Amino acid sequence: MTRGFPVLLVFVLAAGLAALACETNGFRVMTSAGARQLSLQRAPQRLPDARLVDQDGAQFSLGGYRGRTVLVDFIYTRCPIVCGVRGDDFANARRLIKATGSSAPVDLLSISFDLRHDDREALRLYGERFGAEAPHWRIAAPADAQQLAELLRSFGVVVIPDGMGGFVHNAAVYVIDARGRLAGILDADAPAQLVAAALQVAAP
Amino acid sequence: MSDRKVLAAGFASWLVLWLPVVRGALEGDMAVHMAVQMPLLIALGVLFAAAARRHEPRWLAAADWLGIPGIVAVVLATSFWMLPRAMDQAISNPFVDLAKFLSLPLLVGVPLGVSWRRMPPLGRAFIWANFIPKLGAIGGLYLAAPMRLCSYYRLDQQQLAGWTLIAVAVALGLTWFVAAFVGWTPGCAKSITGSRRAAPDLA
Repeated sequence: MTRGFPVLLVFVLAAGLAALACETNGFRVMTSAGARQLSLQRAPQRLPDARLVDQDGAQFSLGGYRGRTVLVDFIYTRCPIVCGVRGDDFANARRLIKATGSSAPVDLLSISFDLRHDDREALRLYGERFGAEAPHWRIAAPADAQQLAELLRSFGVVVIPDGMGGFVHNAAVYVIDARGRLAGILDADAPAQLVAAALQVAAP
Repeated sequence: MSDRKVLAAGFASWLVLWLPVVRGALEGDMAVHMAVQMPLLIALGVLFAAAARRHEPRWLAAADWLGIPGIVAVVLATSFWMLPRAMDQAISNPFVDLAKFLSLPLLVGVPLGVSWRRMPPLGRAFIWANFIPKLGAIGGLYLAAPMRLCSYYRLDQQQLAGWTLIAVAVALGLTWFVAAFVGWTPGCAKSITGSRRAAPDLA
């Protein structure tokens, strides 16, 4: 053993543990989703003012939601199972929001990432299926591919093919606060929890 | 083959693995990413070590007492690249992937080729006895997780990766068992049983 041994050992340990601690936000998260949730809790993130078209063919932009809290999910209307469940959740959430009174400043927004198949007609049918009505629950598609790419990147949505002609993506609900910032990612599936979380963001 | 040729061949293989087509193919599936690409990168490091071992500076050999700093680097670096977040980033960010392509050969493969020989038999047994259950446990975790851990892999790919890790753990465990109790010691199994004379076979 030489004097070099403790120096080398301490160096390897320090560098290795520092890298691990950094990657796991201090040994708290192991996944990309977890890391993102943690960083949003600390500091809400600005979003691009993307342009979208809703189920009625009306153009609107994310910035137009200023002053209101928005629950956002990402969908594709051909989605067989997961999105159907999410659609029911959002439909129930919409009912709950209505029940809390018309003053509740919470809107819902379902954004399609399947520009090729989800034309206005597809969005309208999806909206009808779940009883979605603009502007309080819009079923929308980004105006073009560039807007879509920017939205996916800023929300941190990763869409991959499911190998059967469909898609898999982080099936989470995102919260935009009244100042138009991404304020949280919700794993909570129960509509009541979604609404409770949104109301909490709306009135801190 | 001369050392220089071995190094050149190793570096050429490294470049082939780095080709976007090859990278995309090997990283497209979680099980292949973890059980083929990463071990190949580590093997390249072991190859480098075999060729460069004779040129190791004396101070480094002395500082790597009983191979301890080297094996600590191995444990930490392999733990890092088993993190789902690290694998996601390696797929989405070429710079992180480059970090993986450098650290797996240099911080895992090279120490395995260099430091492993310095370790006492019991130390090697300790590392194996830790590594095998850890591999199996992570495989089990992938199988048990109801949600996707990596944004870039489907749930079925995650489960296949789980089964693959468990299979590798079982295979290693069986090899070790046979080597330790029956005394059949071919190839790398010799290094498991800790025979110092046989150890270089690992490289």
